[in-house]
Amino acid sequence: MSATGSTPASVIEESLPHEGWPGGEGAEVPPGIGPYQLAWRRLRRNKVALAFGGLFLVILILCLLAPLYAKYVAHTGPNSENVDTALNQFGVPLGPTWHAKYFLGADPVGRDVAVRLLYGGRNSLEIGFEATLITIVLATLLGVLSGYFRGPLDGFISRAFEVIWAYPVYLLGIVLGVVLAISGLDLGLFKIGSSSLLITALIIGVIYTPYVGKAIRGQVLGLREREFIDAARQQGLGNFRIMYQEILPNVASTIIVFIPLVLANAILTEAGLSFLGAGVRPPNPSWGTMISEGINLLPSAVHTMLVPGIMLVLCVLGINVFGDGVRDALDPRAKIRIDH
Amino acid sequence: MSRFIVRRLFSMIGVLFAISVLTFLLFNALPNPALRLAGRFASAAQIAHINHQWGFDQPVYIRYLTIMKLVFTGKVISYDQQVNVDHQLLQYLPVTASLAIGAGIIWLSMGILFGVLSAWRAGKWLDRGLTVLALIGVSMPVFFLGALMSYYLGDKWGILPAGGYVKLQDDPAQWFVHMLMPWFALSVLFIGVYSRVLRSTILDTVNDDYVRTARAKGLTERQTMTRHVLRNSLIPIVTLFGLDFAAVIGGGAILTESVFNLHGIGQYAAQSVEALDIPPVLVITLFGAFVVVILGAVTDILYAYLDPRIRL
Repeated sequence: MSATGSTPASVIEESLPHEGWPGGEGAEVPPGIGPYQLAWRRLRRNKVALAFGGLFLVILILCLLAPLYAKYVAHTGPNSENVDTALNQFGVPLGPTWHAKYFLGADPVGRDVAVRLLYGGRNSLEIGFEATLITIVLATLLGVLSGYFRGPLDGFISRAFEVIWAYPVYLLGIVLGVVLAISGLDLGLFKIGSSSLLITALIIGVIYTPYVGKAIRGQVLGLREREFIDAARQQGLGNFRIMYQEILPNVASTIIVFIPLVLANAILTEAGLSFLGAGVRPPNPSWGTMISEGINLLPSAVHTMLVPGIMLVLCVLGINVFGDGVRDALDPRAKIRIDH
Repeated sequence: MSRFIVRRLFSMIGVLFAISVLTFLLFNALPNPALRLAGRFASAAQIAHINHQWGFDQPVYIRYLTIMKLVFTGKVISYDQQVNVDHQLLQYLPVTASLAIGAGIIWLSMGILFGVLSAWRAGKWLDRGLTVLALIGVSMPVFFLGALMSYYLGDKWGILPAGGYVKLQDDPAQWFVHMLMPWFALSVLFIGVYSRVLRSTILDTVNDDYVRTARAKGLTERQTMTRHVLRNSLIPIVTLFGLDFAAVIGGGAILTESVFNLHGIGQYAAQSVEALDIPPVLVITLFGAFVVVILGAVTDILYAYLDPRIRL
């Protein structure tokens, strides 16, 4: 079993609960094992998924250690330019030296690519996590509310989802990015400065909300007709108590499956927006801005594009393969996905 | 059917209205465009004149109504170049349409092929290989892949032209050769998504009762697969394709267009946003949303055809 279980293809070989998520009615779980324990056992057998999850974790930790690397290994900051040592006599930046200094080479203004790669990764990942948090919180809130209450509230929220859905993703992204970069965002209670990473995160978070929110709404629409909700109401529980105690635990596995999907897409979208000049602002590095800068220097310094590009692909691939494993474990019939 | 069309028409008008207001209000948060139009050394009188001429001194809702009236009469003029936006859009449309149609054919056919192969050999090596490819495809940012292709296949090894667009009516062969790389670069992500989705729906469908019935009544394996399994499994693919194709036609392939230097609708949009030029952005977003909503309705009709249980 463990040999076959190590691929994402294990879906068909096991007879798994047919309700779409573990813990659903009719799920035949062995006595004494909860749905999440069962999912965890399945995930643990999926060595490929775990390995790629580990890859992502390593990238994450490396990026978090960026200041230490900059200070103790490379002895240079992400934005410190060093034209004298980093360029050859023709003004072409150094390629990878594989030494502590300029480990992955330099860019045309003499900045250490490895240091910028790690700092850029911090920015990219920070935006990715913030955007994912925003999407998940907004989508859960709106999806549960509109699915549970239906009626005019549902009408309003669903229309709002439809508008964001029909708005071309990158167009909305660059419109918001450019406008907010000029004016900043004033939400009354708190202000976001125009150069803050949070603006990019907010844009991406809002863009992906309908994709997740619609799925959660659909599931809640089905759940609210079930007997256990009637039972809860008979016991005198209020609406919000029911939503929190009865509905939320039942959509939790859907939300968990969506997290890696949204994270991977958010990181890719950040890179795309930064590539178009509507995300992270130079000189601050992010993988997207670094690729974009690298493309402009192509014939002479290929490494300035390759290094951040490969890092970005590895990172997103790690999240995607791990997320695939999580989905196979929690949602074996693979009903949940981002349609885009 | 007619009820469906009427309902769809109303919801479309609502969505388009909301999108136009949203876009307009977003740009309204910016400093007065008259200052940019007047140039750096304009006197106060000149600015006032431009303000009056373009109607920037009017209240917001009047300005919105004026610009929407211009959009619908096809007379909307961009702030930046002061050219007719609709003419510009028509000029860029063939580029984007070439990209979308060619790439759409590639990603739909290869997505279905890989999905079917993957489901047919589920758990075997072919399936694993295709799964790996699909996951790499979904993890690959299109502009990075495009830049790699354009640099290595184009500039370095000279196999294909690195970018640019040749009109179809000028030279069909050159048009085809120039579009090959953008088509494949754009398709990779979608092939990954579609093959994964199709694989899981097929594996889901083969266990359904009607498939057993089809086998029991003596259909061959091939007939069961094409008439029953594949036909039902294609439903989510049709939905996805409608949305994705519409998004690309509506200017959603900004990244592909910009990396291959194709002057299509996406690049037009990106340039207009950068120049803070409201009229083209408004027209392009409305156009994009219009295509999305229309193709969404077409998808629903196709959906009802593929699955007769669904009533419109």
